[in-house]
Amino acid sequence: MRTSVELTSNQLDLQECYRFVEDPICGGISVFVGTVRNDTQGKEVRQLDFSSYKPMAIKEMQKIADAALVKYDIYKIAIHHAEGLLKVSEVPVIIAVSSKHRKAAILACEFAIDTLKEKVPIWKKEYFSDGEVWVNAHP
Amino acid sequence: MTLKVLFFGITRDLVGANETIMNLQKNTTVADFKKALKKSYPVLEKLNSYAIAVNEVYAQDLLELNSTDIIAIIPPVSGG
Repeated sequence: MRTSVELTSNQLDLQECYRFVEDPICGGISVFVGTVRNDTQGKEVRQLDFSSYKPMAIKEMQKIADAALVKYDIYKIAIHHAEGLLKVSEVPVIIAVSSKHRKAAILACEFAIDTLKEKVPIWKKEYFSDGEVWVNAHP
Repeated sequence: MTLKVLFFGITRDLVGANETIMNLQKNTTVADFKKALKKSYPVLEKLNSYAIAVNEVYAQDLLELNSTDIIAIIPPVSGG
């Protein structure tokens, strides 16, 4: 298995992603860790609530991992996403990619997080002191 | 035919439900379904856009629906 895809209500584990992708044939590992920011346009964020269409989200994450393996000369890729309530500084997403030479891992990592944000059916609601907002929804 | 329709994200709040059942004619396409959905739930017009998934895959307008399909309303995603 060269891909690891997870959508979990547990805390994400950076070491687990790292250990999954590391290999003696690789010369580098690129990692992206998404963290909950404490502010949106000047307003203090208290927490985020991530929900998903789980079976489809897992399929879409798997498609991204598979596409990254085809598109870039990488060895392994892990895409892990969290669900449920997350507080400031907690980690909703981790992407780790290993490759023989660094450039492929760096590019694949960027491709994976950009595509995830565009395609994977996961939604976050931001909670402020005075209310809550679905991010990106533009109602 | 009657099809199961799932709502997610902001559409759950707008519609006030997680899912519903819709009656549709045979040979209904995704584009036809969107029109029927608008009629049943005018509140969804508040959204600038949303996608439709059929059986957990993003669907194009011309796709014809079958009686066993599960449809999902996918408002703009915001994972990551």
